[in-house]
Amino acid sequence: MASNITLDFEKPIVELEKKIAEMRALADTLDIQPQIEDLEGQVDELRADVYRNLTRWQRVQIARHPDRPYTLDYFTHCFTEFTELHGDRAFRDDPAIVGGLARLQGRPVMVVGHQKGRDTKSNLYRNFGMPQPDGYRKAFRLFQMAEKFKIPVICLLDTPGAFPGLEAEERGQAEAIAKNLLLMSSLRVPMIITIIGEGASGGALGIGIGDRILMLENAWYSVIAPESCSSILWRSWEYKEQAAEALKLTATDLVQQGIVDRIVPEPVGGAHRIPEEMFNTVQSVLVEELESLEKIPVEQLVQQRREKFYGMGVWTE
Amino acid sequence: MAWFLRKSKNISETTQREMPDGLWTKCPSCATIIYRKELEEHAFTCPKCEHHFRIGSNKYVDVLFDPGSFHEMDESVRSADPLEFTDTRPYKARLKEAYSRSGLPDAVTTGMGTIDGKVISFGCMNFGFIGGSMGSVVGEKFLRAAKRSLDQRVPFVFISASGGARMQEAALSLMQMAKTSAVLSELAENGIPYISILTDPTTGGVSASYAMLGDIIIGEPKALIGFAGPRVIEQTIRKKLPEGFQRSEFLLEHGFLDMVVHRKDLRKSLSKVLGMLGGGANA
Ligand SMILES: [Zn+2]
Repeated sequence: MASNITLDFEKPIVELEKKIAEMRALADTLDIQPQIEDLEGQVDELRADVYRNLTRWQRVQIARHPDRPYTLDYFTHCFTEFTELHGDRAFRDDPAIVGGLARLQGRPVMVVGHQKGRDTKSNLYRNFGMPQPDGYRKAFRLFQMAEKFKIPVICLLDTPGAFPGLEAEERGQAEAIAKNLLLMSSLRVPMIITIIGEGASGGALGIGIGDRILMLENAWYSVIAPESCSSILWRSWEYKEQAAEALKLTATDLVQQGIVDRIVPEPVGGAHRIPEEMFNTVQSVLVEELESLEKIPVEQLVQQRREKFYGMGVWTE
Repeated sequence: MAWFLRKSKNISETTQREMPDGLWTKCPSCATIIYRKELEEHAFTCPKCEHHFRIGSNKYVDVLFDPGSFHEMDESVRSADPLEFTDTRPYKARLKEAYSRSGLPDAVTTGMGTIDGKVISFGCMNFGFIGGSMGSVVGEKFLRAAKRSLDQRVPFVFISASGGARMQEAALSLMQMAKTSAVLSELAENGIPYISILTDPTTGGVSASYAMLGDIIIGEPKALIGFAGPRVIEQTIRKKLPEGFQRSEFLLEHGFLDMVVHRKDLRKSLSKVLGMLGGGANA
């Protein structure tokens, strides 16, 4: 699935890697093994250094990396017996939101998430991960089913936003998202939210209320994408870097703002570099969080969830 | 359609279509000259074409409540600029300008009063304050007003007018959608009526949370109501939207509003449904 896309700030790393590859090709005839090992050490250090000092805009780019694991990748790697359930029972099945039953280390869970495509064809099919009302209503149906059978809910967020189209408006995009917010505020089962890539606006939040809000190290979450923010506030598309800085949209920022509970560390170089490592981390974090939530009586759980969101915001008085 | 074409939220700071304060005014819809007294008698709508002027919370209080019954609350809750946000201008400067231009504490006014003797908890947004945008203050005042309904077991009535979330509070403003919806789930569980009134415009994060969660949802005639703004949709689909798209009458036809009510009849309609839904203690 590698697309060989190199982000600007990764170029020095890639240059070094190329050099190492060239030297390896010569290693049979020349005795340069020590030099190769030296360079390998250098490249590891460089990568660690670059990834320690990422700007907010660079993290946005990693969150959008075309090789980054998507929702269905997590569903099939962190869970067993994933069984996709389709449709909102009203109009259609929206491929931009996927969901179904699965097992997390043996226990049944309901999984729901935004789904992007990897190439032009699958992106058209998935509408670039931008749901229509039908997607939110499918999620609504699955949440209700989870409550009925007392199965915990796990949501993965990864969307550039809800689709701003004519039919989406006609079928009540706003109402569909709002209804989910209401239901998720009172659902009588444990709910874990994880932002795995892009968390843009109400389109992300539409499946984003839970008892625990987790966020991958290089994901972003905000009220608007940096480019759109730039175009509205700066009246130009050119200020995306400044907008990303101003929006304070990284996992660390969101922990400081009291929105995100826990940052899920990514492999050095991003989730796409060592997906297996990412899947293992996500799985063990989900298990740990779920075990702690399952100990809380359901009445208390729901009230704690509401109080958590009541506490969000900063004002003076 | 790519994400970079998505230019949503449409928070405009213009107040040009707001009610002017002069002795007379020209209707922006039919160009009729209307005198102030006449306008007031018609609840700030055009007597000729029924154009509904954008009015703020003070005028809605006059239109809806029993005279002298409304008491404002939580007016000291103010924005705090938690992210120290600066774009072309600092958020603090934008706030300062909004205070002096509007004379309001933020984009929402809340309090309690009576309509035909029925006590309600009430909130009304002010589009004239940074486009009626929802930040931490709107969310907190909404929460407290809804809690008053819950504690005193009286209905909750809220008038929306908003371009969406307040960008300068970023993710914190997004979370106000969750905060407000969460308290409405408590009202729902406790059988407290919530009536949502949508005025021009109600879009973005406000429409996708409390505005669309009323037990009864009432739209003012021709109000723009939607998640994405029309300009964003036109950029996405690359064609012009049909006349009347995303207006109250369109939403009524598509099943998203209970009724479209002329502002002159709003008080009467509210009084009627509040009476039948109960929950309102008599003053
Ligand atoms: Zn007129």
